[in-house]
Amino acid sequence: MSDSHVRIENVTFSRGSRRIFDGVSLEIPRGKIVAIMGPSGSGKTTMLRLIGGQLKPATGKVWVEDKCVSRLTRTQLFALRRNMGMLFQSGALFTDISVFDNVAFPLRIHTDLPEEMIRDLVLIKLQAVGLRGASALFPAELSGGMNRRVALARSIALDPSMMMYDEPFTGLDPIAMGVVVQLIRTLNKVFGTTSIIVSHDLQETASIADVIYVIADGKLIGAGSPEELFNAESPRVQQFIKGLPDGPVPFHYPARDFETELLEGDDL
Amino acid sequence: MISRLRKLGQYLLSIMSVLGRAGELWWQAVWRRPRLSNAPLLMRQIYQLGVLSVVIIALSGFSIGAVLALQGYNQLVKYGAESALGLGVALVLVMEIGPVVSGLLFAGRAGSAVTAEIGLMKATEQLSSMEMIGVDPLQRIIAPRIWAGFISMPILSLMFCVVGIWGASLVGVNWLGVYEGAFWSAMQEGVDFETHVLKGIVKSVVFGLVVTWVAVFQGYDAEPTSEGIAAATTRTVVYSSVAVLVLDFFLTLVMFNF
Repeated sequence: MSDSHVRIENVTFSRGSRRIFDGVSLEIPRGKIVAIMGPSGSGKTTMLRLIGGQLKPATGKVWVEDKCVSRLTRTQLFALRRNMGMLFQSGALFTDISVFDNVAFPLRIHTDLPEEMIRDLVLIKLQAVGLRGASALFPAELSGGMNRRVALARSIALDPSMMMYDEPFTGLDPIAMGVVVQLIRTLNKVFGTTSIIVSHDLQETASIADVIYVIADGKLIGAGSPEELFNAESPRVQQFIKGLPDGPVPFHYPARDFETELLEGDDL
Repeated sequence: MISRLRKLGQYLLSIMSVLGRAGELWWQAVWRRPRLSNAPLLMRQIYQLGVLSVVIIALSGFSIGAVLALQGYNQLVKYGAESALGLGVALVLVMEIGPVVSGLLFAGRAGSAVTAEIGLMKATEQLSSMEMIGVDPLQRIIAPRIWAGFISMPILSLMFCVVGIWGASLVGVNWLGVYEGAFWSAMQEGVDFETHVLKGIVKSVVFGLVVTWVAVFQGYDAEPTSEGIAAATTRTVVYSSVAVLVLDFFLTLVMFNF
């Protein structure tokens, strides 16, 4: 078995006329915490969807567990996904069933465990995110942050060998954020779960990631451990890390010259 | 000229692509071995789509039966043929109005709900997260709804006919005074299961399939925004109603030997 859990080879991907990735290659080593960072709109979430096989690259290949994701049949793809957990930005809980049933859902579908054991497992997972007391509530009765924590409990229900987190820190209060950071770290240390974090929260991400990839303008502009990145010479990486408004990576969506546009008015 | 041709071509291509995607969705959802563990999901959908439509179907059936009896009596009594009222109403209901009107009502009540529900599931990433859990939403979300429509529609249509005939008998026999024996015996004599009732059932099965197919596809293919879902829900009702009416014409043409 090779050392990398996920290998992305020279992937191009466009949405409409906008090119999101232009020949990106990266490797996610097994059992490490890897962060994919970049300004919003740089296609970080798209990267997760490519890895999960929900999108197919225009060219290039995505390998997960030495399988080429875009060449799998539907059934093989769904089998592969049982070993992947994904935490969606919105949580994406099933709104028609309770918190308990949400967390129990993957267990009931993919295992033949007796109901008592499922109950115990669900309570363990909910305890880990601090929401055991909310097990009878429905997703609509939870706050955004609580939704996300339940979703986290659900995505780790089957103890996947790889976890993907889409913006796990956004919109959490400091305490919940601490809990989630701790959880990601524990999952990785105790179970050796390969973790892919997509985020633009530099501080939290840098505190747990082993490797960080920085993506901007459809290209990989920096890679390395947090320390290496902080000391990187590339002005683009520096701009991102220091949070400078303008630099090689433009803050503005491509537009005409501001002054001309203001003075001209609309050409109607 | 060329640009017009090009537009026409683009339009036709986009229609073909929609039909292709819709066909693929239907095929992938239906032609898979149904699992026993999915039976509760199917039951729930039959309840949502079928059982909850019973009231509106019964009310409409009753009104239409009663109106048919009123109008029919007015015409028939001129020729002294009011004893044929039961026969006339029953034939019209069983062959045409039963399946067609219940199909239209089904599109409005159940079809729109299915589209909105699936569209919202898509917008809130519930379908995506189900895929990532390793569960195929086509099997778990789409298939039970298609089967539920297939099963509920003929039953609803038959209920519509039964309640309609009852309404007609209340108006015709109990109110307007048509002779009860003639009302029922002419019906018994003239309505044949194979030539009339069965063909009505075939129609309703087809309508059930088409309406749920349009509804699940529009939901699944909806743009995941509030406008997108609104537009998709409207499209469901419009497309499936038109489909029911057009298909009715062709089914009648084929089945009744014209």
